[in-house]
This record gives sequence, C-alpha cells and structure tokens, in this order.
Amino acid sequence: MIWLTLSMALREIRRNAMRSFLTMLGIVIGVGAVITMVTIGNGASAQVRKEVSSLGEDLIMIRPGADRGPGGVREAAKSFESDDVHAIRSEVPGLIAVTGSASRSATIVYGNANWSSTVTGCDMDYLTVSGHTVAQGRTFLPTELVSATPVCIIGTTVQKELFGVDDPLGLRIRVGTVSCQVVGVLAEKGESSMGQDKDDTILMPLATFQRRLAGSTDISSIQLKVAKNQSVNVVQSQVEALLAERRRILPGKPNDFSVRNVQEIASAMSSVTTTLTGLLGGIAGVSLLVGGIGIMNIMLVSVTERTREIGTRLAIGALGSEVLLQFLVEAIMLSVLGGIIGIVTGLGASYLVTSMMAMPFVVSAEIVLGAFAFSMVVGIAFGYLPARQAARLNPIEALRHE
Amino acid sequence: MTVPAGSIPVVEFRGIEKVYGDGDYAVRALDGVDLAIHPGEFTSIMGASGSGKSTAMNVIGCLDVPTAGSYRFRGVEVGVLTQDQRALLRRHFMGFVFQGFNLLARTTALENVELPLVYRRVPARERRRRALDALGQVGLSDRATHTSAEMSGGQKQRVAIARAIVTRPSLLLADEPTGNLDSKRSVEIMELLTSLNRERGITVVMVTHEPDMAEYGSRTILFRDGKIVSEGVAA
Repeated sequence: MIWLTLSMALREIRRNAMRSFLTMLGIVIGVGAVITMVTIGNGASAQVRKEVSSLGEDLIMIRPGADRGPGGVREAAKSFESDDVHAIRSEVPGLIAVTGSASRSATIVYGNANWSSTVTGCDMDYLTVSGHTVAQGRTFLPTELVSATPVCIIGTTVQKELFGVDDPLGLRIRVGTVSCQVVGVLAEKGESSMGQDKDDTILMPLATFQRRLAGSTDISSIQLKVAKNQSVNVVQSQVEALLAERRRILPGKPNDFSVRNVQEIASAMSSVTTTLTGLLGGIAGVSLLVGGIGIMNIMLVSVTERTREIGTRLAIGALGSEVLLQFLVEAIMLSVLGGIIGIVTGLGASYLVTSMMAMPFVVSAEIVLGAFAFSMVVGIAFGYLPARQAARLNPIEALRHE
Repeated sequence: MTVPAGSIPVVEFRGIEKVYGDGDYAVRALDGVDLAIHPGEFTSIMGASGSGKSTAMNVIGCLDVPTAGSYRFRGVEVGVLTQDQRALLRRHFMGFVFQGFNLLARTTALENVELPLVYRRVPARERRRRALDALGQVGLSDRATHTSAEMSGGQKQRVAIARAIVTRPSLLLADEPTGNLDSKRSVEIMELLTSLNRERGITVVMVTHEPDMAEYGSRTILFRDGKIVSEGVAA
C-alpha cells in the first residue's frame, strides 16, 4: 500500500508537471540557498584556517593595546620600542626569529606613476616570520639596517603599478617624503582569504622607517617564531611576563598589550566567518519556510480542484485516512523532490563559486541531511492541513461539486 | 418476480426517515420509507426532483445516514456503523455509477477500473487481469490505454460501469446513468446494465427520471414527498 501510495502521488505530480515544478521551486531555492551559503561559508572558514596556519603554527604576534577579542575595540596604548625587541631576543629562550616592525600607508611615486601602499619598517627576521621571500635583487645589508640607508624591497603589485614590465632594480622611487632605491622585489603571494593583496607592500629597514618616514622610534608590532622543539604556550607566557614587567603592569591588572599565537588568531577569524555563515544560512532558511507555504497553497488549490475525484474515491470505499495519506504523501513528495533538486543545485553552485574563488570545497554531510530532513518536515507540516481538508470532505457534497 | 422465501434482502428499509435542518425549517426528505430489495432484482427509483429519490439512493449507498428507522444491508444494521465501517461496506459490497461518469482525469481506462481494487489491496498483476476482464465485459477491451479525454460519453460510462463491477459487488448503484447521454447511447448503457443483472445476477438499483429507462428494470418505485407512492413490477 505504501508503494502504491507513492506511485499514485508520483503519477499525480507528473499529471501536473509544470505546476508541480513551480510548487517545488520554492523549496528548491530555499534548500539550494541554505546549502550554497553554508558550503561557501565553510569553505571560507577552512581557507582562513589553512592560510593563517600556513604562516606556521609556531608564530606569536604581539601588539600594543589590550585584546578585547574579535570585534572588540583596541584601546590606545603605548607602542613598543627597540629595547623591548632586544629584551625578548636576549631573555626568552627557544626563538628562531624575533622582529619588531612598524607600518603606515604612504604614497609611492615613480616618474608620472603613483600608487598608495603600506610601508613596513622591519629587519630581515621579518621575512622569515611573514613568509615573504625575495625573488629578484637582494635583502637589506646589515649596514643598511643600522645606518638607516634609504633602500626598499617592493611587492609585485607595487612593481606592476609603478614600473609595468620594466626592471625596477636600482631605480629610485619616492616613498612618502623619502627618496629611496629599490634593491629587491618580493615573490608573489597572492590574495589572502579576507581579500587583502599581500603583494601590495613595501619593506624598508626599520631605522630608515623610524627616522625618515615616521619620525619616532615606535614599534607597532613584534612577531616571534618559536623553535620546533619549544612549546608555543610556554614561550607565550614568558614573553607576556617579560613585557608586563618592562611596561610596569601591576600584578593582577590587565595587560596593555596582547600576545597571541596563530592558532588563536585563526580561530578568531574563522569564528567570524562561522557567524556570518549561520546568519546567511538562517536567512536562506526563511525562504524554505516561504517555499513550504507555497506547497500548502497549491495543495489547497489541488484539493478544491479534485473535490469530485475525492468524492469518487470516498464512494468507491476509500477511508478518510487513506485520502489524507494520499494528499500528505503528495505534499511530502513534492517538497522532498524539491529538496533533492535544491541539494544538487546548491552543491553545484557552491562548487562553482568556491572553485572560482580558489577556496576549498567543503561539503558538510550534516547540512545536506539537515536540509533534506527539513524539506520533509516542511512537506508534512504544510501538507497536513490540505490533506485533512480533503479527508474530511462529505462524499455526497464532493460528488455534487462542479 | 417472486422472491424465494427465507432469502435475506440486500437492502431493507424499515420506517426510514431523513430530516435536514431543524425546527420550522426542517425538511423531511424521507418520511417513513419501508423497502426491501432482494438479490438479483433490478430496481428503478423514480420521482420528481425533491421527491427523496436521491436521498434514498445516498442512504442505500451508505453515503448518508438516516435520522430515524432501521436500514439493514445484507442483514447488517447500518445505523450503528462508524463512517470508516460504512466506507468498508462500500468498498467490499457496492459499486457506483454516476451521471457525470466521475472518471479520474488524465488517467487511462485501465487505471480507472483498477482503482477500487487498489483500495482492496489486490496485488498488481491480479488487479490488472481483473480490470481487463471487467473492461471486456463492457466491450472496451481495445480502449484500456485510452484516457477519459480520448473517449465518448458512452465509452466513459462503460468504463465507469466496469469500475463498478470489477469488485463483483452485491449491489450496483446507478445514479442517473444515462442523464448525460443521447438516446442511442442510453439504450446501449441500459442494455449493458440489464445483461449484467440477468446474466451475472448483479443486483441493480437505479435512480432515473426518465420512464423509458425505468422500464428496463424488473421493478419501479415512485417517490413523492419523501414517501413511496407506487410500486410496480414489470411484466
């Protein structure tokens, strides 16, 4: 009987193919949207994690200002100084690289071309920590770092904007108010998951940056790379204690700087994308609800249209419960079919989008099963009322219905 | 026609009343009807509209319940049955033919005839065999795969009759079966019903307002104002 009811419902759906399709469309779009949103969101989260982790899980980043978590406001606080960097280097064991850096945006001019980019003052450990490598030319010489020589290494975006296809090595450009010589070009790194162009950057020796560009000895960021055999957490707490002492933070008071490792940053960033994914998925879920109402509407129309048929079935000896089941199964079949089509199109659409944005394609089985189950529930919930209406028809009146 | 003594009537009305509405607006559609229909009879019910003939038909078909009186179908008191039990009674013992044919749209003749067997849980192969057999009995073996849109009125009514007899019912109820047909088709349908009654022994109750059609029956009952006013037996 179950099989028969199913095939009867399927025949009914085929009998009105166009209308059935339009009815399903609401569910198709709803399920498709949920699947697409969540799959793309998961892909973005995965990419953020992958990317931040690719910097190395052994990285620690220190910034001035208390950390208020994602979305929190960073309070203005005293910057670091070169002595802080030296202190960490000499007093905390187990570090491969320690680098203090400062950056600001500046206009870069070469001939008639100008471009706005981020200028970072740093030492050579910065390359190790940030994962940049020099593709053409050379790195800074030790003497250049000490004597604040006006030299710079440019990213490929800056190179393209200022020089086009010409060789920039040895040429002089103006960075803000400083005229400096290009000694190297960084290897291309591409875009980060947050859409940031990592090649749109200029590096210069920290001393040059401080004396000629910033006019202060502030260091806005310290980055550490921990040796393989060292515990990141142990190093992190040692650095925290050292800086608290140097900045005269009283015991029990909150630090006016934050020390975070890459893992923490990765999870903070992916929690943002997870929240966004949930939000978008929820909005898409609302369209599923609308789709369900569409099914109810069509089923009510169908019951009215088929009143005589229902009367005939009742006269032939169908029980009210059998008529109810017939219409309910029809509604469920419509919504489940819509759900399946929605899952397929949703996965297809998100596959297209993720491959276009070079993101990982992460299919979450829970969300696929969840969307399927939800479309079934929608069918039951919104199919029940019309089905009950059909089952409660008076056969005499139903037979007389025109 | 004489009724063998001791046989249980298919339909037995005793003082059946059916009242619609209440108080001053009450309409007595059936007003104390006594009636017995025995197996093998072909009963024509006649009467003007509003005479109670349709109500009587609905009560016989267990689609409606009487307000008062006793209705026994094959000896079973119908008044105490639930709606579902009455549906099962229809499913197993009755066949219906309507004025408007009431075939399912966009469905083949074969599938229409199979429908009552579906509700009887007859297996697919057996269902198909019996449906084809019933179509053969109404002379439509070659129309099995046609949908109702592809058939004439007479053919549709034949399919409806096949649907009604496919379950081998104890009682065939026909409500104005020729009402939508021209006279030639009407005669054909009546001849079909008569032959089913004579050759297969199916008990037939037919409501009609056409005296010509009523004459095909073995017995004619005339309703007026909710009462049986005359009862004639065909020669």
